[in-house]
Order: sequence, then C-alpha cells, then structure tokens
Amino acid sequence: MHKLLTDTPGNKMLLLGSEAIARGAVEAGLAFAATYPGTPSSEISLNFFQISQESDLYFEYSTNEKVALEVAAAAANSGVRSMCIMKHVGLNVAADALMTLAYVGVKGGLVIITADDPFMFSSQNEQDNRYYGKLSGLPVIEPSSVQEAKEMMPYAFDLSEELQEPVLFRTTTRINHSTAIVELGKIRKRVTKGSFKKDPFNYVTVPAVSRKLHVKLLKNIEKASNISDNSIYNFTEGKGDFGIICNGVSYIYVSDAVKDLNLEDKTRILRVGFSHPMPAKLIKTFLKECKKVLVVEEGEPYMEEAVKAFAQEEGLTMPIRGKGEDLFSRLYEFDPAMVRKCIAKFFDAAFPAPKTVDLSGIPELPQRPPNLCAGCSHRATFYAVKKAAEGLETIYPTDIGCYTLGFLPPLGMGDFLICMGSSVGTSCGFSKVTDNKVISFIGDSTFFHSGIPGLVNAVFNNHNFTLVILDNGTTAMTGHQPNPGVDMSNFNLSGYGRIIIEDVVKALGVQHITVIRPYRIKKSIEAIKEALNFKGVSVVIAKEMCTLYSKSLKKPTGKPFYISEKCKNHRNCVNDLACPAFSLKDNRVHIDPVMCSGCSVCAQICPENAILPLKDKK
Amino acid sequence: MKTTRLIIVAVGGQGNLLASRILGEASLLSGIPIRMSEIHGMAQRGGVVESALVFGEAESTIISDGEADVLVGFEPSETLRALNKCNSGTTVITNLSPLPPFTVAIGKGVYPDLGLLQELIREKTKRLIAFDATALAKEAGNVMSVNMVLLGALLQTDILPLSADNVKEAIKVRTGKFAESNIRAFELGFSSAKLS
Ligand code: SF4
Ligand code: SF4
Repeated sequence: MHKLLTDTPGNKMLLLGSEAIARGAVEAGLAFAATYPGTPSSEISLNFFQISQESDLYFEYSTNEKVALEVAAAAANSGVRSMCIMKHVGLNVAADALMTLAYVGVKGGLVIITADDPFMFSSQNEQDNRYYGKLSGLPVIEPSSVQEAKEMMPYAFDLSEELQEPVLFRTTTRINHSTAIVELGKIRKRVTKGSFKKDPFNYVTVPAVSRKLHVKLLKNIEKASNISDNSIYNFTEGKGDFGIICNGVSYIYVSDAVKDLNLEDKTRILRVGFSHPMPAKLIKTFLKECKKVLVVEEGEPYMEEAVKAFAQEEGLTMPIRGKGEDLFSRLYEFDPAMVRKCIAKFFDAAFPAPKTVDLSGIPELPQRPPNLCAGCSHRATFYAVKKAAEGLETIYPTDIGCYTLGFLPPLGMGDFLICMGSSVGTSCGFSKVTDNKVISFIGDSTFFHSGIPGLVNAVFNNHNFTLVILDNGTTAMTGHQPNPGVDMSNFNLSGYGRIIIEDVVKALGVQHITVIRPYRIKKSIEAIKEALNFKGVSVVIAKEMCTLYSKSLKKPTGKPFYISEKCKNHRNCVNDLACPAFSLKDNRVHIDPVMCSGCSVCAQICPENAILPLKDKK
Repeated sequence: MKTTRLIIVAVGGQGNLLASRILGEASLLSGIPIRMSEIHGMAQRGGVVESALVFGEAESTIISDGEADVLVGFEPSETLRALNKCNSGTTVITNLSPLPPFTVAIGKGVYPDLGLLQELIREKTKRLIAFDATALAKEAGNVMSVNMVLLGALLQTDILPLSADNVKEAIKVRTGKFAESNIRAFELGFSSAKLS
C-alpha cells in the first residue's frame, strides 16, 4: 500500500513537505487531481499518480496548467473534492481560467496549489503568487511548516466549500522540499462520483451573468475577510510591544530569532497563514498594542502594504517597516541568521556577531554547473545542429526542460527564453525582423504544453525558421512524468491515447518535416542542413529516448567506449561535446566506463577514430 | 535539548538524500526532533546537492552561513566550497576521493590541491576527519555506499544526538537488499574516523 494511504491516525511519519501536502489532501477526502509538473510541486503530483494506481482517486497529468485547472474546475462544480497542482509560473498559464472561475465558484472543494520558488532554485522568475489572491479575489492559505502543510489541507477544502470558491494554497520551495516528522490524521472517505446541476445563468459567463457574479464574488471576499479574522491560522503570540508580522517560513525564522535574541518578553508576533483577504480587524487590534512593527515576508511587500494601509485607517503612526535597503530584500529567500540580524537591528537588540570563518586563502574552486547527462540525446542534436549551421548567423530561441542546459558552454545552444513555449513564438518575431537564420529548440512535453499555438501562428503567418523538437519520450527535467506523446505501457498502464508529434506537425501544415535519430551524427547533420535551407517553417523532430529514463526502465544500453592509444589529444570530443563521462587523467582524455552510456557520439566525431567500444579493447 | 546543525554536501548521484533520510528515520526511531531541507532541483544532472539537518528544538529547516556544527562532504572540493557554513567550532568530515567537475576537463577551472585543501580546513575549523571513503565503500563491497561510510564516520564523532545502533537500524529498514554491504560500509567509516 502507498505509505500516504496508511490509515493509522496519531502515528508519526517522516515526510517531505510535498508528501505532507499530498497526505493532507488524502485526509481531506481528495477524489480528483490534475496537474502539469513543475518543481517544487512535482512530488505532490507524483504521489497522487502512484496513489491513483491503487485506489479510486482520479489523477491526471494534463497538457498544461490551464487545461488542468479547467479539468479540476468541472469536477469541483460537479461536487467532487478536487485539486490542481502547479508551480508558481504555472498559475500564469492557468490565470485565464482562474480569474473567471473565481466568479463562477465551485460546489465541491477545489484547492489550487501554487508552489512559489524564492531564489529561483529551478525557475525562471520568483514572482510572489499571493498577488493572485488579490487579483482574483480568492482566499490564500500559506503554511509555515511541513506539519502545518498537512493540517491546513483539510481546512482549505472546508473553506473552499464554505465559500463555494477555489482556494489558493501557496507554498514555497522550503516547504515543499523540507522534511519533518508529521503526525497523521484521520482519512475522510473519498466521494468520487459527482453530478452537475444545470444552471446556465450562473455558469455561462456572458456579460449579463458575469455582472451578477462579480457582485457575488465581492460579497464572498467580505465573508472570507471575516473568516480570515477568526482563522486559527492567523494567530498572535507574546505580549510585548515590539510587533512582528510574518508568514510562511519567515515565521519559523522569526520564532528562532526571538528566542536566540532573548526578545520573548518584548515581542508580539502575528503569524498570517490566511493571507488573502488579510485579517484586517486582527491586524488593527495587534497594531494598537505595538510601539513599532516589523513585517517579515519573503518576496514582495504584500503584507507590509496592507498593514500600512490598515494603520492609516486607524490613524496609527508607529514605524512599520519591512522591505528596504537596511532591512529585508525583495530578492531571493530568507535564512535564519538574516532574519535574526534584521530583527536585532530594527528593535535595537544585542546581536552576537556571526561566527563565520575567514574565507581568505581559499583558492578559486572550479564551478560545478548541472550538465546534460552522459549520452543525453540532446547533446547529440545540439552538436549536429551546430555543425549543420556552420557559417550561418544564427539565433537559437530555446525552451524549458533539460535541454535549456544546452545554452552553457561549450555547446552554447540557447539565446533567448522567457517561458514555456516561447521558443516557437519568439522565432516568429526574430525571423521577421532580423536576417539571421532562426533555429529554435523545444522538448516534447513543452511542445504539447504550449508550443503548438506558436507553430500554428508560424504556418499561418508564413514565418521562416527551423523548429527542432527534441522528442525524448518523457518530461525529463521534472522527474520523467508522462506527456501526451508518451507510450504509457512504459508505466505498465493501459487505456491511454498517444499523440505522435510528427502527425501533429503534418496536420498543422508544416511543409518540411524531417525525423532524425540524433545518435547518427552524419545523417542528422545532412537532414538538418536541408531543413535549414527550406524557406518557410521547417520542423526537425529529433527522436531518441532520454538516456536516464531509458536506464530507469532497464532498457538495454550500448557498451561503454574508451579512448585508445590512437588518440592524438586534439580533445575535439571534450571541447565540442562536454559529455560528463570525460575527464582528464595525466593530461590525457579518459572516459568513465560507469558513466558512459555508449551513445557513440564522441566516437563518431573523433577525427582519429581513436574512441572505440570497450569490448574491442585489446 | 541542544540544537545540532549538520550540513551534507555532495555531487548529484552520491546518495546524499538517502543519507539524510536515514538520519531522519533514525531520529524518528529515537524520538529526537528533526527538521531538514534539501536542494535537489538538478541533482540528476551532476550539480551540487546540499542537505541541511537540524536536530533538537529549533524550528528552522535551513542553516545560515557559519552555523553548522558539523559539515560532511562526499567530495573534497565540495567540502571546501561549503566552508562558508562553518565556524571555528565546526567539525568537518570529508571524503578525499575527488570527482572533478566537468569544467576542469574543458579548462575552465583548476581542481584544488588535496594537501592544501586539508590544511585550509584544519586551520579554519575545530577538527578535520579526512579519508578516502570511496576506497572504503569498495572494500565494503559496494562503490555506491560512500554515503554510508561517511555516516559511520559522522556517528563516531558523537556530535549528533543519535546512537550508531539507531542509525544502523534505519539503514536496515531503508536500504533493503543493500543493507548488509551498507552496514559494513558504515562500520568501516566508523572505525576509520576513530583513527583520524
Ligand atoms: S534526464 Fe534525460 S533529457 Fe535530461 S539531461 Fe539526462 S538524459 Fe538528457
Ligand atoms: S559514448 Fe562518448 S559521448 Fe556517449 S556517453 Fe560515452 S563518452 Fe559520452
């Protein structure tokens, strides 16, 4: 049985934050979940995927976040407890659905996970999604710890049903990727079948209906505001007159800092766990007890702005600070020492000097950036494209996936990236206004997610570029989730369709389509050259399964290669490919036989034919 | 209960997350409060994986610069890179078997001299335990058990509020068919830390 289905309330389990969230949802009787994977939210979905295979929980990997939200919105409006899981930028994709779903509301509870990523450990921006609460009018719940992440989930579902609105559940990387001991609660029975009651004058959002629904939404916000004021997740601690208002992980850093600085008698902490609508009454009462107030929150001054406005309404003039050059930054994530220092500074507390070691004398260390795996087919494709485009002035728009790493030297294949699918759309613009040859890269999952509309645009408006679709049969970057092009028998699952990218591209009217096997370097270079010569939109589909994935499926791999004595030490292999299986030993190139997947790409490009399969070694 | 802060740094694929998980399970077994966090976004792509483990009463799951009581490095240059987490009272345990990053092969960096590396760490911290954990893992019969060797050395120092027996128990529960070689690796690490 899946460990998150263990029905032993009161027992303790070591859980990753994302697992705790999934467990909380199971305890809340979650029956339906849809997602598009994205770090740091991916493990939540992975657990649902596994649970769905051994229970009546319905789970799907949807094409993108917008679709996932629509899927979940329908289930929730049929009365089924549903969830939609995405990373923070995913909510941008789903925003169109979100904004009007807020007007329509739900019947069964719907919780939308937005996993924010301060510091951008694995994201393209660090937007603060609490503002989506404000923008849409929906309630926002934010846990401060792993245990609380689990506890708040049933609360969020109840809240959603009470307000008949979706609830935004905002986490940050340090919640999703922290691990702690969690006490299990009771599992509520899943109700998986729903029924939809027709009510077009409340469901079909033509202007006349929406005008009415907006009134309902505003009333709901007022109701939510009252609930927020009395929520157990908005609480105060301490009786001092140094006020601290905090949320999320900042709260635990504040708790530690107040103890470390011996300020427990002097401070009064307000922890905000229900952050939209902000608990106005609670904050106003809190402010009246404080001489000065520090707002501690990662990201934007979301609470700080609200608190200052509340103070103004009450005519309170004590100093209220948060973000500022001398205090907290809007950049990156916080850490305990930084929070301690700012608290000490703001409240004039004695502050023990930090004990860091003197780092002088330490030599500059070689960087260790992440790299495409040994034998990754993307490396072969990038190499082939680079060769085929030799002599051309190129622009390489790229997209989001493992292959984004191709922008690093020595491959250097990636010039522009803003969001999922942007490789295709931006290629249209670049090719129109420059004389460069535009060659863009997109992975299979990203192509389905949001590459297709860009390609439709390119064909319709007759743009001129080559799109290389890197079809490695999985969503590799986020942990090998399926996508609509994947053969689900790899997961031992049946009953799924499968969409062949080549067919889609053909159907869209692309006139020049080639499928290459990237490990065959010479052939690939020739085929790509032809595609580059085509005037109009050409598509190259590079088809080869992700090496790491194929290893995990225990598919047979090639024999490892080694460098024979024929090697003249040109190092083309090392300098052009950057396969991590290479290293230098006594100034000679060496291949690590454990890492080498036997893709043979280096052997094909060695001018001396010095790289040979290990079985031939004399 | 006193708070003890441990940082583990490794290269993706060295089994850092499993080592942390085992310490977590061992804490659960012995009723020690534990909180940990990890950065593992690109672990599978050969980047650095850092785990922070906080034993005892503190609420935070991450460890600021200068605040680690123990630093365990599975790869020598990564141990040195994490020295910012240490203070003069920190105990450092490091594997001495290098995994040079790819940037060295393409001439974009120089791998530090291992003698100098040990000298620097020794000079700036309380104690350095350094040995070839990879060789011991091989001796234990499983190259992949570098993580267990280093756990053994860590438990020998007695800095964590955990007993070696609890950790061995967790290794048995978590690592199934590899348990035997993993325990051997743990014990080799334990005795080798005694000697250094
Ligand atoms: S996981 Fe797959 S796609 Fe990603 S770098 Fe490794 S081999 Fe390439
Ligand atoms: S064959 Fe060459 S390029 Fe392919 S994985 Fe092995 S060393 Fe790397």
